[in-house]
Amino acid sequence: MALSKEDIAKRIAKEVKDRYFVNLGIGIPTLVANYVREDIAVEFQSENGVLGMGPFPFEGEEDADVINAGKQTITTLAGSSFFDSAFSFGMIRSQKVDLTILGAMEVSENGDIANWKIPGKMVKGMGGAMDLVASAENIIVAMMHVNKAGESKILKRCTLPLTGVGCVKKVVTELAVLEVIKKGFKLLERAPGVSVEHIIASTEADLIIEGEIPEMSI
Amino acid sequence: MITKKVNSVHEAIEGIDSGMTIMFGGFGLCGIPENTIAALVNTSISDLTCISNNAGVGDFGLGLLLQKKQIKKMISSYVGENAEFERQMLSGELEVELTPQGTLAERCRAAQAGIPAFFTPAGYGTEVAEGKEAREFNGKMHIMEEAFKADFSIVKAWKGDEAGNLIFKGTARNFNACMAGAGKITIAEVEELVPVGTLDPNQIHIPGIMVQRIFQGEKFEKRIEQRTVRARN
Repeated sequence: MALSKEDIAKRIAKEVKDRYFVNLGIGIPTLVANYVREDIAVEFQSENGVLGMGPFPFEGEEDADVINAGKQTITTLAGSSFFDSAFSFGMIRSQKVDLTILGAMEVSENGDIANWKIPGKMVKGMGGAMDLVASAENIIVAMMHVNKAGESKILKRCTLPLTGVGCVKKVVTELAVLEVIKKGFKLLERAPGVSVEHIIASTEADLIIEGEIPEMSI
Repeated sequence: MITKKVNSVHEAIEGIDSGMTIMFGGFGLCGIPENTIAALVNTSISDLTCISNNAGVGDFGLGLLLQKKQIKKMISSYVGENAEFERQMLSGELEVELTPQGTLAERCRAAQAGIPAFFTPAGYGTEVAEGKEAREFNGKMHIMEEAFKADFSIVKAWKGDEAGNLIFKGTARNFNACMAGAGKITIAEVEELVPVGTLDPNQIHIPGIMVQRIFQGEKFEKRIEQRTVRARN
């Protein structure tokens, strides 16, 4: 069965390692924070200027001056810090942030990502995504495998305006975990109960399939 | 002590004229100079080029200036929260330059720091790079981005003194700290204007030299865009 958004977040949470600084994008990536193992030390960076983000505040304790990049009210934790926007992207460009998890509209087999514009229809802007994907060493995309029209978002070539080139390392969807290697998308895992054939049929790009493909453990 | 204090928001915005380029601090609605924006809405100033990470929401922040069609061009990184903005942009009434957020911040900082241009990897290989010089450094491609040139910077701080020294609170520091001193004239509106000598020099985020006019805002609504809470249990 295809994974729920929460399950995609749970699977990605396994990629978060001890002593990682992590930047989470809006949408499914935000959920990842809920599922990170409690026995490891992880700090979340939000590009609007906070490191060491805590959970949402209790009702009545919201502070308009303490928000995340999704404009949601948040809290800080012991050891947190605030900084300005230029400094924030400085730590991103200088690769102090170990892992970036973000959503996408399309990903291509050479690791290109598109997630900020549908010409003539939707232009919300790239926010910090272009800076993040241009600099981060480890980028994981969390998204649905197909769009609302049923078309694959895993492509040979992106059709939408790009956010970054050759940067995505891994993609986790409701159907599969894919790694972007030199030759293209390598199928690493499949969602419980989802067949390799179903994944192939749902994917426009060619998949590199070697041996038995294990089911994801969520 | 060189005083920067002005007595009202009206005095603070003196000299702002139609056609000028103005930087506005804030991220979303967090840390926006809401008193100065409200004062500008009550003028007939138009054709502004605004440099701001976001465009406010329909009825608050820069959204108010958009509603009154006082803005000719926006330079922003993310404008998804404002439907009127999207309408004006798609209909061609509003000129929009979308720029990566880190590049936007650095273009402010470069202006503040007297650096005319810099290279960044952000946007290489995308439409953002079109028409810009590209160069390889350390095996990686970068594009050249230029410092902003603005007539005014308008920022909001938590506390300030008459010398123009500023202290921000929480994530309201955001673009405010990058824009202070980046325009020819910087206006700072603060929640609390304190006498000189009150603020600890060790705690100052922006030294007064970057600020030309400072005043205490009359009223701060500090609207929350996404009120998210967790249950007590």
